[in-house]
Amino acid sequence: MTGTARRRRAGGRSRIPALLLVPAGLALGFLAVPLAGLLARTPWGSLGAELATPRVLEALRLSLVCSLGAVAVSLLVGVPLAFVLARVDFPGRNLVRALTTLSMVLPPVVGGVALLLAFGRRGLLGRWLDQAFGITLPFTTAGAILAEAFVAMPFLVISTEAGLRAMDRRFEDAAATLGAGRWTILRRVTLPLIAPSLGAGVALCWARALGEFGATITFAGNLPGVTQTMPLAVYIALETDLEAAIALSLVLLVVSLAVLVALRDRWFPTA
Amino acid sequence: MSLEARVELTLGKLHLDVDLAVASGELVVLLGPNGAGKTTLLRALAGLVPLDRGRVVLDGRVLEDAESGEWLATERRPIGFVFQDYLLFPHLSALENVAFGLRARGVPRAEARGLAGAWLERVGLADHARSRPRALSGGQAQRVALARAMVADPRLLLLDEPLAALDAASRIEVRRDLRRHLASFDGARLLVTHDPLEAMTLADRLIVLEEGKITQTGTAAQVSAKPRSRYVAELVGVNLFRGLAAGHTVRLAAGGTLVVADDHHGEVFAAVHPHAVALYRRAPEGTPRNVLAGTADALEVVGDRVRVRVTGPVPIVAEVTPAAAAELRLADGGPVWAAVKATEVTVYPA
Repeated sequence: MTGTARRRRAGGRSRIPALLLVPAGLALGFLAVPLAGLLARTPWGSLGAELATPRVLEALRLSLVCSLGAVAVSLLVGVPLAFVLARVDFPGRNLVRALTTLSMVLPPVVGGVALLLAFGRRGLLGRWLDQAFGITLPFTTAGAILAEAFVAMPFLVISTEAGLRAMDRRFEDAAATLGAGRWTILRRVTLPLIAPSLGAGVALCWARALGEFGATITFAGNLPGVTQTMPLAVYIALETDLEAAIALSLVLLVVSLAVLVALRDRWFPTA
Repeated sequence: MSLEARVELTLGKLHLDVDLAVASGELVVLLGPNGAGKTTLLRALAGLVPLDRGRVVLDGRVLEDAESGEWLATERRPIGFVFQDYLLFPHLSALENVAFGLRARGVPRAEARGLAGAWLERVGLADHARSRPRALSGGQAQRVALARAMVADPRLLLLDEPLAALDAASRIEVRRDLRRHLASFDGARLLVTHDPLEAMTLADRLIVLEEGKITQTGTAAQVSAKPRSRYVAELVGVNLFRGLAAGHTVRLAAGGTLVVADDHHGEVFAAVHPHAVALYRRAPEGTPRNVLAGTADALEVVGDRVRVRVTGPVPIVAEVTPAAAAELRLADGGPVWAAVKATEVTVYPA
């Protein structure tokens, strides 16, 4: 055996050119350094005090209310949509599926503009809502919930639909032969079986809603106590109160990490 | 109390056209090769697949009538179904699985659990009431599936290859237990299998289904004595020919002639058991009326005998002792003559 072959054998287990490690390292650094910077500049000592200021608490509360509201809306209408997409064969199904995922790739600020045109005071539906019920949505907390739901719902729909498709439908057949009607099957068989997918979808939906900025600020505005959720508060605070901005950012970072850890088995299965 | 069904439906490449009846208290086994339509037939009877044409009546009550449009949904049919891989709900315990059918029908929780517990005891699994299905062995899961199907007192029990998911070792014991549990059920029972041993040991009556059509029915003894298709003949291990009989000769459809002892006319089957076939290396002259020339092709050891496949104008399988096979060097192939006495040919109308 020649010397060259032996050398190739020794380092050859990974089978990629060693030079790739350089740009890979750059990518890692690119992703990690900003996070490191955040952690390094965090005022650990006064973190508790920062998080307790009224403005920050307001933003935290609002974020929680709006994101959970968005999740509730998504569950209410998104899960039925997932069922229809997964189970009902209708013409144009692929188009509908594309539509539901559209807001996932749409730039969020564009989503906000679209929401304004639909639900704004002179918008498509907004006009009717205002005249018939006196309801206005822009620049309200409800509007913020709507904006967050718009961008976050597809995550729930897609995850749930995938779970439904992956499930063995013969379990539903078995339940039918045991005398279960459609609602009973849904309650006692289908939903428990897709619970993991549903849970993952809810986690993703919530994380997305929590972090939403573009659509919220465009449609709901940036009114403290009404629509100034955490991401918006961070943006504003950057100019006046850096410590507050960092504190809020840290909270969002921790939440994102928590979601990642919770879903690690789905995204990074240890094969 | 009984089942009468005429089922006609097309599913993909399968065209099912079946007319069958199961009396209450009868255990009918539906036997057939894979793809014959056995599972589809069961699913159609359960209402999981709609009929194109036909009618299903259970205990005088119409479950489905394709012509008149009558249709009773699956969940309203008084049936129990044991699926091929049991389909026990993985998120429920064994007890909750068995109680499912009762709870679904509105029985209060405590009562349902009591009845389910009693059934688990009956099948010998009282200790595993709280276990999840993944903690159960194949045989145990099968018993839970059976209890689950029977707990709500169905009038018709449908079993889809109940032993197929088990390994060979568990199968023997579970088959014996299954027989016992099924015996205590007084409604109609329809069991599907592709395993002839299962069919023979469990059936009151056998229905052979091939490519969507019934090719033969009868008791296990009747079916094995007079096979009416290649599939059954192979299961039973018998040479089967089809031809036109004119007195004591049968002109075979595939070519050649057989001389038979009995007088027959018209389309007939002629069955010859391999042990009635003698092989020679030179053309014999003797009493056997049928001397068929051919070539020794493949040898197969079956128990303490050797089966020799002879190819030629009239292909036939002979069963000889290993010593005989060795003496004639049948493994080397070469020309042989197969002799069959006319008295050894069983002839019956096609």
